[in-house]
Amino acid sequence: MIAYNFNWAVIWRNWDAFMAALALGLGLAVVSLLIGTIIGLFLAYARLSPSPWISRPAWAYVEFIRNTPLLLLIFFVYFGLPEIGIYNLDKIQSFILTLSGYAAAYMCEVFRAGLASMPRAYGEAAKAIGLRPWQRQRYVVLPVMFRITLPAVSNNLISLFKDTSLAAAIAVPELTFTARQINANTYRVIECWLTASALYLVTAYAIAIALRQVEKRYAVVR
Amino acid sequence: MELERGTFLYEAWTARWSLLEGLMVTISSSVMTIIIGTVLGFAVGLVLTYGMLPFRILARLYVDIMRGIPVLVLILFTYYGLAILKIGVKPYWAGVIALSLFCISHVAENVRGAVQSIPQGQHEAGMAIGMRFFQRLRYIILPQAVRRALPPWVNTALEIVKGTTLLSVIGVVELLLANQQAIARNYMILQFYMAATIVYIIINFSIAQAAAALERRYAYLRY
Amino acid sequence: MVLLSARDIHKKYDETEVLKGIDLDIEQGQVVALIGASGSGKTTFLRCINLLEEYHQGRIELEGESIGYSANGRRRKLGERQISAQRAKIGMVFQSFNLFPHMTAEANVMLGLTKVRGMSNAEAQERARHWLDRVGLADRRQHYPYQLSGGQQQRVAIARAVAMEPRLMLFDEVTSALDPELVAEVLAVMQDLAKSGMTMVVVSHEMLFVRDVATRVVFMDGGLVAQSGTPDEVLHNPQTERLRSFLGRFHGIFGPV
Ligand SMILES: Nc1ncnc2c1ncn2[C@@H]1O[C@H](COP(=O)(O)OP(=O)(O)O)[C@@H](O)[C@H]1O
Ligand SMILES: [Mg+2]
Repeated sequence: MIAYNFNWAVIWRNWDAFMAALALGLGLAVVSLLIGTIIGLFLAYARLSPSPWISRPAWAYVEFIRNTPLLLLIFFVYFGLPEIGIYNLDKIQSFILTLSGYAAAYMCEVFRAGLASMPRAYGEAAKAIGLRPWQRQRYVVLPVMFRITLPAVSNNLISLFKDTSLAAAIAVPELTFTARQINANTYRVIECWLTASALYLVTAYAIAIALRQVEKRYAVVR
Repeated sequence: MELERGTFLYEAWTARWSLLEGLMVTISSSVMTIIIGTVLGFAVGLVLTYGMLPFRILARLYVDIMRGIPVLVLILFTYYGLAILKIGVKPYWAGVIALSLFCISHVAENVRGAVQSIPQGQHEAGMAIGMRFFQRLRYIILPQAVRRALPPWVNTALEIVKGTTLLSVIGVVELLLANQQAIARNYMILQFYMAATIVYIIINFSIAQAAAALERRYAYLRY
Repeated sequence: MVLLSARDIHKKYDETEVLKGIDLDIEQGQVVALIGASGSGKTTFLRCINLLEEYHQGRIELEGESIGYSANGRRRKLGERQISAQRAKIGMVFQSFNLFPHMTAEANVMLGLTKVRGMSNAEAQERARHWLDRVGLADRRQHYPYQLSGGQQQRVAIARAVAMEPRLMLFDEVTSALDPELVAEVLAVMQDLAKSGMTMVVVSHEMLFVRDVATRVVFMDGGLVAQSGTPDEVLHNPQTERLRSFLGRFHGIFGPV
């Protein structure tokens, strides 16, 4: 066994920094999920459109995002936008933009599956009571679809939360970046990374448990 | 080669060897990880399904922990951790080890899901003709489970290919970092990132196509 | 000669006892039809015989050899090797066929022959062909299960079991999952087997088959053997109200009982 003397004092001294970093990561994930959900919903309708002029580009976007490494997308946006004349995004905004666009592709797939699995009868019942097409979507199809897709949405939120670690690559001070900095300053390698890992792990499972409660509350009666 | 100085093609041609080397690192680290992850993940998946209780709990713990930690953190942890423990490994290997730890947990979970999705009747039919546990596993359950585990396995493989970009963070010059090094010389940001993106898409589409072909070959495995 | 004897078999699922002390002797060459209402424990009993279920009390012997549990001393489950060897002597056909979907009909039959009986491929193939011929599927040897009808699949399943040359065959409602027009072809195969002297236990609701093929009928009720005898005795002289009402459902088949 290799001798390694633990010294947790370093962690306690930097506890506030860890917490602030964790909160930032969570915030980034939630905001990106919200934006991604809205865009993803439009993409899902686009993919299901009978017109290939609408469905094809949506398909291409989704495949492009899903087959490109996230880190590459992050750099692409962060370093690339100024190249095309967009200078006014700071690194956090740039990261949110990337993660939202990334989330949108995955949410599109979730919603597409959700819309496809919607029992036909719902739409028809809505038609039967005389709702107009957009009313049918607004009051019947969407609420049901959101409930069906809730488990997949929570999985996506957890993934996105873990993906916020990549923001470290453009020096966004989230958990991974912070851990790396503290590691560099203190050389308490194992303590730092154990703490970061544990914080990610605990938060991911906390999200999972919390959202399971939400799922139970809104469970679709099948 | 007659290319005008300052064009993308000229710069790409100038950087061809380092880009190609980056591509090879991406491919080799992906292949390495996928092989290690598949072999060990398969074993862990079987422990997860059929292992004795204490081993099953350990395997479950491992899988759940690995799936709750970002890959980048695994990579940094492994890299710095091995260094501080005076285990001298190259960043490349630290990266492959970390990616493999991640890959194992995903493959294990896929294998468990696939094995458990085989109807109990298949086991019983094997028992009824006197086959022993490992015979049933080998000749009846696994051939079917492998087919079912293929689609999620492909997803995992794609994740790994994309995940190798994270090795750039610890200084492994894979495809992404090779492109960034080229960019640092010629400042052609959009062109080189675009080129890298296209290469990743080509790699991933090829894997997906190969898997789809494989899946068609197994079309008879219906119930 | 008694081939199989079951003594006082008790089986519980959690707290509910579903077999409450089954006693049954089966003679070499007999065709025993096991009848009874759904839930009376027929399937559970067959599964106990083939060691697919554990039971907490009682003993089953095949040709005098204790099956599944040690013969003397403390009641102890036998090792996997022994149990597998014992299972190989008992063939079982399931309601849901359970063919191996990744293998052709022929490979389905060959698997046990090569892996359990240790036959060479050539030998196993010859025997598989023989049995597939015998069940009328000579032209379906290279088909995969999904390419076969339910009746054909069930005949492959029978061939797979019989090819192992078991001492005893168990059939659990093997025609229940079949479309009506496919039932006859499977029953014909079973009748052919019965004629050849195979000892069989058949759970079935096909009362005409029971009447014509069985040499003995056992009526199970609430986890017990309620009445047993020749088809004539059991089907035409029911001793209990339960059996009378059970048979009443098949009234049209026999004419007035
Ligand atoms: N796996 C099981 N768990 C709990 N109860 C079971 C299980 N299998 C069967 N049973 C119960 O045991 C009883 C006998 O079932 P079974 O042997 O299948 O009857 P039969 O084949 O005569 O219809 C039934 O009441 C059934 O609900
Ligand atoms: Mg039954």
